[in-house]
Amino acid sequence: MITSFPKLLDAAVVTLKLLSLSLFFGLFIGLLFAILRLSKNKIINKFAYGYSYVFRGTPLLVQIFIIYFGLGQIEYFRSTFLWVVFKEPYWCAIIAFALNTGAYTSEILRSAFQTIKPGFIEAGKSLGISNKIIFYKIQIPIAIRQSLPAYGNEIILMMKGTSLASTVTLMDLTGVAKYIISTTFKPIEVFIVAGGIYLFMTFIIHNLIKFLEKKYGYSQ
Amino acid sequence: MELLAFGKTGWGDELFIATLMTIAVSITAMFIGFLFALIFTPLKLSKNKFFNFIGNSYTTVIRGVPELLVIYLFFFGGSGAVMYVASIFGYNEYIEINAFITGSFAIGIISGAYSTEVFRGAIQSIDRGQFEASQVLGLKRFVYFFRVIMPQMLRLAIPNLSNVWQITLKDTSLISVTGLVEIMRQSYIAAGSTRDPLFFYSFAAVLYLLLTFLSMKLINRLEIKYSRGF
Repeated sequence: MITSFPKLLDAAVVTLKLLSLSLFFGLFIGLLFAILRLSKNKIINKFAYGYSYVFRGTPLLVQIFIIYFGLGQIEYFRSTFLWVVFKEPYWCAIIAFALNTGAYTSEILRSAFQTIKPGFIEAGKSLGISNKIIFYKIQIPIAIRQSLPAYGNEIILMMKGTSLASTVTLMDLTGVAKYIISTTFKPIEVFIVAGGIYLFMTFIIHNLIKFLEKKYGYSQ
Repeated sequence: MELLAFGKTGWGDELFIATLMTIAVSITAMFIGFLFALIFTPLKLSKNKFFNFIGNSYTTVIRGVPELLVIYLFFFGGSGAVMYVASIFGYNEYIEINAFITGSFAIGIISGAYSTEVFRGAIQSIDRGQFEASQVLGLKRFVYFFRVIMPQMLRLAIPNLSNVWQITLKDTSLISVTGLVEIMRQSYIAAGSTRDPLFFYSFAAVLYLLLTFLSMKLINRLEIKYSRGF
């Protein structure tokens, strides 16, 4: 139990890297698709809805497998420069996670944008502020504030999702835990240590979000 | 399309059976989850600090640890634990537990943690007056729980339970790591032997989408049924 701890701790760093990179890209994807969802153009709107529906309706495991095993099958794709990225399981996992969390994030942000009181935007317009500045300085800050609690949940769900990286040969926390279990046959001890590390990370994220909510929250 | 033909030439029938397996595991897991929720919801709502602690630890630990890790624990530790218990009763033969049972149990425990939270929320949002009114009327505890609280709780819980169902359905894809032949495992086998992973995994995605879409339709009907009169 004690000897496995440093190994698992190293693996936790891999998990955190996967998590932060996928959240970073996922946030951009989410923001993009949230804006597309709010568009009045029906085709764009339907496209964005389809994206979030497909990625939220299928298991993350399927998404990783399609990207990692599936895309390599296309001959043409292998000859493009994108192949440099897609042949690495590390980047495939991150792309799958980012697309997945992007779909959930877009839903969170969309509902946040929709709950902004029209009065705020009208107030901006009546002051003669341009649409662009209204969007960046009024709508986005309010939307971020509104969506913090839900986004906090999404971060924790994504952290658990990164465990699937172990299915495409990456040695993250779950991957190493599985390896140790299958070599030592001590499932319970390893589960306690690995699970403890995950719980600790959940605890930190949970409190970080609480802190941010307090800092940016406002009394209604 | 040839790849999906039924019979020996294609994978259609195999994938169809695998889909049924996914549905069977999901339903079993959801049911096991309800049983767990039935035990842990009262614990979470209890005023006794010790019971409360047990209830809270269950939901916190399970919801804070990746599903895959829980599945590995059951997969590698399950038969060991059962054999240990059996050895206390003097049974020392090797016992191997069926992948279906281990899988549904692992997913069931996860699903139960989410269901517990849903039921807790639903019970807490029922007006206190309802509890007091039943006591004033002198209803037996049993009667007042099943005839007064339960129907109202279900109405509030169904929308959130539909989320739990979706999570459970998607989580069953993880059992494929233990070798149970459900959609994901069957696609893996088919992809391996035909060297056409893109097609089979995309088809698996379509199957999952179909399952989530159809179950949403069904649940919406239930929702309408239970919110009669509101």
